Amino acid sequence: MKYIIAVIKPHKLDAVREALSGIGVNGMTVSEVKGYGRQRGQAEIYRGAEYQIHFVPKAKVEIAVSDDQLDATIEALQSAAETGKIGDGKIFVLELGSAVRIRTGERGQDAL
Amino acid sequence: MRRFGLLGSAKRLSLIAVLWALCSGTAWAQDGLDSGDTAWIITATALVLFMTLPGLALFYGGLVRSKNVLSVFMHCFAIACLASILWLFGVYSLAFSDGGAANAWIGGLSSVLLLNVETDTMAGSIPEDVFFMFQATFAIITPALMVGAYVERIKFSAVLIISALWLFLVYAPVCHWVWGGGWMAEMGVMDFAGGLVVHATAGISSLVIVKALGPRSGFPGEILPPHNPGMVMMGAAMLWVGWFGFNAGSALAADGSAGMAMLVTHISAATASLVWMVIEWVKYGRPSLVGLVTGTIAGLATITPASGFVGPIGALIIGAAAGWVCFQMVQIVKKIWKLDDSLDVFAVHGVGGSLGILMVGALAAESLGGLGLPEGVGIADALGVQALALVVTCLWSGILSFVIVKITAAVTGGIRVERDSEIEGLDLTVHGERAYHLE
Repeated sequence: MKYIIAVIKPHKLDAVREALSGIGVNGMTVSEVKGYGRQRGQAEIYRGAEYQIHFVPKAKVEIAVSDDQLDATIEALQSAAETGKIGDGKIFVLELGSAVRIRTGERGQDAL
Repeated sequence: MRRFGLLGSAKRLSLIAVLWALCSGTAWAQDGLDSGDTAWIITATALVLFMTLPGLALFYGGLVRSKNVLSVFMHCFAIACLASILWLFGVYSLAFSDGGAANAWIGGLSSVLLLNVETDTMAGSIPEDVFFMFQATFAIITPALMVGAYVERIKFSAVLIISALWLFLVYAPVCHWVWGGGWMAEMGVMDFAGGLVVHATAGISSLVIVKALGPRSGFPGEILPPHNPGMVMMGAAMLWVGWFGFNAGSALAADGSAGMAMLVTHISAATASLVWMVIEWVKYGRPSLVGLVTGTIAGLATITPASGFVGPIGALIIGAAAGWVCFQMVQIVKKIWKLDDSLDVFAVHGVGGSLGILMVGALAAESLGGLGLPEGVGIADALGVQALALVVTCLWSGILSFVIVKITAAVTGGIRVERDSEIEGLDLTVHGERAYHLE
């Protein structure tokens, strides 16, 4: 099993949710985070004073998938979250050791 | 005639007398009371209090970081309460009562606790208790204006002590000089609603406090932007509406003078807003909400001393000048003088009010669309008087503020909070509260 962490632009969240739903991935955890990569933040101007904002709001999406779903998930995620402009984000893939469905106690793939 | 029937002649006469009294528009018990004037000034009082609570509180609150918004609200609210009581205890008396031999410089103590004022004591065509209240709202907002200079790093005890001392030592004398029959009034200074008394004093004193206090940690490069620009706009909107009470109420009458004051106030606010907006649009490519509403306040502050003396064309000129000058001053104070007057009290209120004080010297003249200078007074004379009054007001405010800050620092062991407290935020460390619980 794999655990995917994707940091994306917040306004792309809905598109990502729809795309993943389309390929049968129906669970995810979303959090509001801030960060920067090459985008390096942006400048905001208030009353003529420039404020250098280092951290830009992002959305973090976390999904657990089975190994055979991995490629399709990454493909769907990337094309849904992409705008082509700087700050689109990144996708990280981790090995998932085990998973448990709390309600039923099911383990492994059955828990996903 | 008996045919009138139901009422006996005595009762009929009484009825006619009562009807006459109701229709005549004047109260029997108080000679010279104009109920229109009185109703307006009572209303204006509410409008001006509304400017502080919550107008100014919201305007300033939105400009600071979320961890300090409650402290700003606290400053404004507590100052309103404190100033009200001190006004009663003696500041009103020092500002407006007769100082006898010293009346050119300060009032006396006859009105302390309003002991010499009855419900039907008059101040012109309005009851004196109404006049007291109207002026109280000015004494409330002026120290509250200074809050903007020292946000996010000052001790709360220092806020209270500085404000209290300032009301007695700066506000009362200047108010007396200009409005209480003091030497500036004798000289014919034109300050309709507080360019000197409110904006210049608060502006200069703010600079002194800022210099003594030092900048916020991280100024200028690492400061975070306004946490709620929407709140800033709401506050500015309330200030605009309330300012009709501030300026038009200063006519102390419900008449054409008040109407014109409201008109020029409005035109100046709108003009300054648009000018600021255009400057930002050209300079940065984007007009901002915070900029737009700051322009509004600049326009309102600048028209304040002139509001009873200029006409609509004068208001356009004043508004345009206010938008441009105050914009430049914000840059100058922060970038050239490198002073952290955090919410630009000096640049917007201090400079705005001072600019209005000078401009009215010229724009009051009939030849320039104003309502007319006094007989025999030319524009050059008027400008001279205005400039002298401005310089003395600034010197007095500056010097006394310096003394006040020294005294306060001695009493509180330094007017600034500990660095850790500043980093964590005043709401939690000084007031034990969080503004936003977002779970």
